[in-house]
Amino acid sequence: MKYVLSLIVGILVGAGLVVAAVLANPLAAPGTLSPLEVSSRPQLVLNYSLAPADAIVYTNNGEMRSTPKPDTVQQLREAAISHTDVTVTTMSGGTGKTRAIGIKFASLSNSTRLLRNEVMIDSVWHVYVPGSGTFIVAQRENHFGYLRTVVLPAMWSASKQWRGLWRSNVTSGPGLLGTGRFVGGSGEFAGLDADVIESHTVRAYSAESGPVAKEGQLLVELPVAGEVRGNLP
Amino acid sequence: MFKTFIAGIMLGVVAAVVILHVFSIVDQHRDASMITVEPNGVNIERFHVSLPADRIMLGSSAAGRSLPPGVDWPANPAFADLNVELFKLRNARNTVVGVASRIVATDATTERVIEWLLHLPARGSVYVTMEPVSVDDDKRRGLLRQGTREFATLSGDMTERWVAAPGSGKAYGRIELKTAFSGTPEVL
Repeated sequence: MKYVLSLIVGILVGAGLVVAAVLANPLAAPGTLSPLEVSSRPQLVLNYSLAPADAIVYTNNGEMRSTPKPDTVQQLREAAISHTDVTVTTMSGGTGKTRAIGIKFASLSNSTRLLRNEVMIDSVWHVYVPGSGTFIVAQRENHFGYLRTVVLPAMWSASKQWRGLWRSNVTSGPGLLGTGRFVGGSGEFAGLDADVIESHTVRAYSAESGPVAKEGQLLVELPVAGEVRGNLP
Repeated sequence: MFKTFIAGIMLGVVAAVVILHVFSIVDQHRDASMITVEPNGVNIERFHVSLPADRIMLGSSAAGRSLPPGVDWPANPAFADLNVELFKLRNARNTVVGVASRIVATDATTERVIEWLLHLPARGSVYVTMEPVSVDDDKRRGLLRQGTREFATLSGDMTERWVAAPGSGKAYGRIELKTAFSGTPEVL
């Protein structure tokens, strides 16, 4: 009996070691420097709040920490969309003045693999900028750093809160440099294809109600005249 | 007993690695796609939105028009001529397979803009820019501007058509979307 017991304890210790190694992997450090931040090309910057309470509309399957807003909005309970969040928010430019309205669809991805430090989300933005036009941003996001640095510490804390400063680029593709794709639809964006990075800054998180103070930024590197991009990989 | 404990640790490490590597913690549900292929190789797929049941949101500056109740649509004059709608998207079997946004906007610098973004979580997204003028009263054509993942290499068009429920006027009915996409021909 004691041999069986020591085997079971050993298995639990071994599994625990793997989980600890995955969470403590120093190679999975957050990407704090965007490849676009060092670009000399013209850029479009849009800032927005990612706290559901600040959104115009936010909805999910109704079983997540973040509750839909307003509470009369339809929840996404159907099987095909139950891993999807929808956010509608205002976006501001560098001066803080409201500049656009953005809709974000974000779905958990089957390609999520914790062993590779990947918590993947396939997301797409649909943005309208008055006086300028419309565009989409299609990207793959990795939220492993957010989970490891913000969400888990909040869950493990006695107060169920996390406070601090965490900033990271969440975009991890499909571009070769880990950039997402900007595709213009109308107005001055019509016909444009460009690289984009989305970064998140978190200052407060509640394990019971989700993000409390979380901002996002879309940084688009606008192409120079005559540059042609192909289809998304 | 110590050797058994060490063997247990090794077994636990291997089991955890195999489980984390083989099994995804996400199981994105996918319904079988209902696609018909025409003789010219174009893939036809039909989706629809039942109204008002599938409308998640209507954002409009017109007083009292935004839905659902409680939506605080920005009163910014820059969004005066903007309508944003969010829908659940159904396939030909009437099963919800995704979500979609439809933007209608007019301002001084752009023509009338009508766009769809269809997001099918298990497959990818489809971005379609519609023609400002409808073919007839209830039908409009648009071009696939860009697809992602499964739709990334496709090109083609989409039509939207409003079909009112009998005797219900404009309040009840469905928006039918018909996509006609094809890939790049293979070089033999």
